[in-house]
Amino acid sequence: MKQVFGRSPSLKDVQTHFCPGCHHGAVHRLVAEAMDEFAIRDRTIGCASVGCSVFLYGYFNIDVVESPHGRAPAVATGVKRARPDNIVFTYQGDGDLAAIGMSEIIHAANRGEDITVIFVNNTTYGMTGGQMAPTTMPGQKTSTSPYGRDINNDGAPFKMAELLSNLDGVAFSARVAVNNPRNVLAAKKLVKTAFRYQVEGRGFSFIEALAACPTNWGMQPLAANERVGSEMIPYFPLGVYKNTDNL
Amino acid sequence: MIGKQFVKGNEAVAMAAIKAGVRCYFGYPITPQSDIPEYLSRELPRNGGTFIQAESEIGAINMVLGASAAGLRAMTSSSGPGISLKQEGISYMAGSELPGVIVDIMRQGPGLGGIDASQADYYQATRGGGHGGYRIIVLAPGSVQEMYDLTMLAFDLSDLYRIPAMVLADSVLGQMKESITPNRRPVCALPPKDWAVRGWAEGSPQNVVKSLKLGDGEMEKFHWEMHARYQLLADRESRWEEYRTDDARLIVTAFGSTARISRTAVETARAAGMKVGLLRPITLVPFPKKIYADLSRRCKLFLDIELSTGQMIDDVRLSVERDTEVAFYGRPPGAGSLPTPEEIFEQIGKVYP
Amino acid sequence: MRHDVFIAGYGGQGVLLAGNLLSYAAIHEGRNVSFFPAYGVEKRGGAAMCTVIIADGDTGSPVVGHPSVAIMLNQLSFDKYAAKVKPGGFCIVNSSLVEADTAALPGVTLVRVPMNQIAIELGDARMVNMVACGAYAAVSGALALPSLQEALQKALPARNHSFIPANVKAMEAGAEQVRSAQGQ
Ligand SMILES: Cc1ncc(C[n+]2csc(CCOP(=O)(O)OP(=O)(O)O)c2C)c(N)n1
Ligand code: SF4
Ligand SMILES: [Mg+2]
Repeated sequence: MKQVFGRSPSLKDVQTHFCPGCHHGAVHRLVAEAMDEFAIRDRTIGCASVGCSVFLYGYFNIDVVESPHGRAPAVATGVKRARPDNIVFTYQGDGDLAAIGMSEIIHAANRGEDITVIFVNNTTYGMTGGQMAPTTMPGQKTSTSPYGRDINNDGAPFKMAELLSNLDGVAFSARVAVNNPRNVLAAKKLVKTAFRYQVEGRGFSFIEALAACPTNWGMQPLAANERVGSEMIPYFPLGVYKNTDNL
Repeated sequence: MIGKQFVKGNEAVAMAAIKAGVRCYFGYPITPQSDIPEYLSRELPRNGGTFIQAESEIGAINMVLGASAAGLRAMTSSSGPGISLKQEGISYMAGSELPGVIVDIMRQGPGLGGIDASQADYYQATRGGGHGGYRIIVLAPGSVQEMYDLTMLAFDLSDLYRIPAMVLADSVLGQMKESITPNRRPVCALPPKDWAVRGWAEGSPQNVVKSLKLGDGEMEKFHWEMHARYQLLADRESRWEEYRTDDARLIVTAFGSTARISRTAVETARAAGMKVGLLRPITLVPFPKKIYADLSRRCKLFLDIELSTGQMIDDVRLSVERDTEVAFYGRPPGAGSLPTPEEIFEQIGKVYP
Repeated sequence: MRHDVFIAGYGGQGVLLAGNLLSYAAIHEGRNVSFFPAYGVEKRGGAAMCTVIIADGDTGSPVVGHPSVAIMLNQLSFDKYAAKVKPGGFCIVNSSLVEADTAALPGVTLVRVPMNQIAIELGDARMVNMVACGAYAAVSGALALPSLQEALQKALPARNHSFIPANVKAMEAGAEQVRSAQGQ
């Protein structure tokens, strides 16, 4: 395969444990490139969550704190308040952020914590083997929704980028995808914007990245990538939901 | 006769829960117990029950609290990190005298730890786990069949004594498969749940399920009542299994998967002409103290085996006659630390009196 | 009688299915069984292993330190676990992928079965585990081949039952390989 981008100096030169076709790797690269852009690698602290991205420290050349499941925004709050000059981000899955960690994310956002949150929505619990997530789509079959997600029993999927944009504490909220080159370029720009907000000390910034989990969707990588475009994006529209640049 | 079925320990728990008439399951995914919610998400709705994947373990245990307060059989299951989160709800259930079943398929800790088998949550399970000074019933299966049988028993004991009950196993028992006989629900006379909230009908008393006790002497009275109930539980419900203890000079003692492993070591020792037996507590709360005291008068030495640096050994020491020697062999949990029967046999040889 | 067998390979070689098949076959013969799986940390390509105990009475410990038979499907497993086989026991190796040195295993009978090659010759490289099961039946005498064939009905989901005849052939080929090697 032709190499389009060189490796970011913020990333380690190692093979990841992600499954073939997993989008976590692509999102990792966007985060690394944002650190490179602002030359903040050496003052960035990552707050890893519990999910397939728990090995953050293995892939980024940065200091990392592991957080209990769902609590990364609270841990990041502590880190940032202790070291306001550092750049602090969390990297969380949909189970982590929108289920068990819903309280922590809402409150960190509402306080306008000066942190950046990278939220990877793959509509399932990847690490634990494909159970239903708060973002699992209506009708989607998972190992704990064997008859398909029933919104009358399980509620409708959370749209986190929209939800958080309603909070006064949030400075920036956007949803991106990495399923094709055009979307990757747009995502790259928005992830940088999110980090720029923090570099400029403007408050809470949030990126929701739609992602494929071929393994737990029971799909080949290509088909899974296609599902992001055909099913997820229509339900979870891409775009900027809040931006306080002109305030 | 009911046909045998070859199932995982976790599946046996789920099957037994349905047989025991569980109406509500609330849980949150965590390895190595996710087979339980996965099975019940498929089978419980078909059996007229409710399955909800909660937003967290805290949500799940409080849903159990609610369903149980409303008078239904309810359960949850989890492992280390999730069981820690459930402690708040378990404490409230204990304070509200609510039944309910909690299945704990232990994994390594502290913190995120790992998913290999562990027995290091013995203290957490048997000392109450949450705040306030209470105990819950703790049952420790040693086979897939017992995963099934003790899950059923947990529901009955919990309803009978109005104390939350825990089935405490580990990833060896949760993941291993054996043939089991899915026995019928045993007959157990249970008191009516006349304390449950169901709407205050004219002429009947108001039912309030609560743990706040502010009245003069109210809390003290509650604690003494519970204390008496724990005593009753110990007198009536202590369960254990003995294997060749009659003439044993050394008695190996262990619970759950390590007891299973130890039993083979004991067989090896017997084959080598050593007088060795095995004592396996099946109820950890109530701890079968009396049998330890009795056997300690006959044997020379106990050898306590655990998948931790030693927790149950405290209860063993408290139960045996004062001058009985209790040796210990443990492996802290983690990848590659599961002891083998050969290893335990070697330990038996080292301390054999 | 008590038989124990430890099977190891990498994820995707069908280690767990092999263990399940041996279990169902033993159950079919009216024996007691315990099947204990263990997975590597990595989701894919990681190590997969399991222990199966077959007994007329109590199966005892699901964990075995020194198995009487081990089936090693890849080199990594062989290097890591072959030395654990009990003296007097058997180590069945997938000689298509494993280079095994008899001298390294004193007192253990090494049984070489080119499992990948046999599976490919029979038309499906994925049948390595079936060849292994057949070889185990022949080496241990713990199970009859027809019981293993019966087990396929139970262990495979209905949609895969069309593969049963091919799988049966692979088992027979595994057993035959052992028998002809022993005949020599
Ligand atoms: C308190 C607690 N509950 C449950 C778990 C088990 N657990 C580990 S990862 C995970 C969910 C992962 O899903 P997600 O956050 O969507 O991340 P993904 O793997 O999909 O990227 C869960 C439930 C845990 N570690 N801690
Ligand atoms: S399980 Fe899903 S989210 Fe996890 S690494 Fe594999 S593809 Fe990615
Ligand atoms: Mg996810």
